[in-house]
Amino acid sequence: MWKRDANVRPEPGREPTGPAASTGTAGAPAAHGSEVEGRRQMEAKEVVNIGKSVVIKGELNGSEDLTVEGSVEGKVELKQHVLTVGPHGRLHAEVFAKVVVVLGQVVGNITASEKVDIRDKGVVEGNIVAPRISIADGAQFRGSVDMQRRAETPKPEAPAGAPAAGAALTSPTKP
Amino acid sequence: MTGLFSRLGQKRDPAAEPVPAVRPRPVEPPAEPDAIVPTKALRKFVSALRAHPSPTLLDLGPVVGSNVEYFGEQFGCKMFIGDILLQADRFDREHPDGGLPAFLETCFPQETASVDGVLCWDVFDFLDRPSARVVADQLMRVLKADGALFGFFSTEPPVATRFSKFAVVDEGSLRHRWYGPARVRQAMMQNRDIITLFERLRVSDSFLLQSKVREILFRKPAYLASP
Repeated sequence: MWKRDANVRPEPGREPTGPAASTGTAGAPAAHGSEVEGRRQMEAKEVVNIGKSVVIKGELNGSEDLTVEGSVEGKVELKQHVLTVGPHGRLHAEVFAKVVVVLGQVVGNITASEKVDIRDKGVVEGNIVAPRISIADGAQFRGSVDMQRRAETPKPEAPAGAPAAGAALTSPTKP
Repeated sequence: MTGLFSRLGQKRDPAAEPVPAVRPRPVEPPAEPDAIVPTKALRKFVSALRAHPSPTLLDLGPVVGSNVEYFGEQFGCKMFIGDILLQADRFDREHPDGGLPAFLETCFPQETASVDGVLCWDVFDFLDRPSARVVADQLMRVLKADGALFGFFSTEPPVATRFSKFAVVDEGSLRHRWYGPARVRQAMMQNRDIITLFERLRVSDSFLLQSKVREILFRKPAYLASP
């Protein structure tokens, strides 16, 4: 009934990079605006991937979201960002992040300032400190869970220069 | 009559029969749907937890997300979770020569008198006597004075079944779900066996449910708290 002509339908992904966007036609400002907006969105959602074959040993710091499909040993610190351990990801590390999503395997303590989400078939062996924790049916977990209630957590008076926000969260417990 | 006995053959000598090194796996029981089961002792367990500002809870069962939310968010519990039966089963598979009690002793890294509540569920139905003894000793060690221990004990003979997973629906009911490998329940324990097993705890409440399950809530009296 409402069948559209397939030839008329624009290809997804082509729209912002099409030649019309760079020409000086009447529609240019709007097209240019959408291109910039698209880029902004892309940048905002930029996620770095560590591929299946990559093995990292040491300390990993970052200021963007990260997906690990490979293997990381040591320490991962993404305090304001999301760490996703993919289905093939293997972490043998202390983890500090805003949100941690586990679909693979993590051995080590996880401290999240916002949420830890262990999905179906995710495996975590270690201690979790986070205000919100979601564990799917089918996930495996061994360790301790400490859901610090934000409203009740007294804020320690931090000395000058010390990180105040989330400082109480960054003291991992031993497994 | 004599002819009937002779037809059955000679009396078997149990010593002559070879004992299999590894216990054969029971036949997989059919998968059953989730069931809501009533509980009477959980309410009392929860009220015992409420007496502490941020209690520490030890859960011997498998991790259940809704239980973590329930005890973590509502009571601010710090929870230790370790599926003791799955660990025991894995150990049995990897070490057919035995040694489970010694292994189970290493599964409790918690400090002495550091836990306010223990969720045992039906763990003891699946442990042999020496293993049950070790686990009970460890639980009595880690439990604080006035701490509570909540457990189920089957009153039915051993049967091939799966491990159970219990999710708290509310203080009066649990959602029961099967999981894990098939395993035979050990011989049922009489009341006196259970009381002897937890000799340093006091039975606070005991309920025999229609499902032939005995629910028991133990408390650790202060006068028995010192090891």
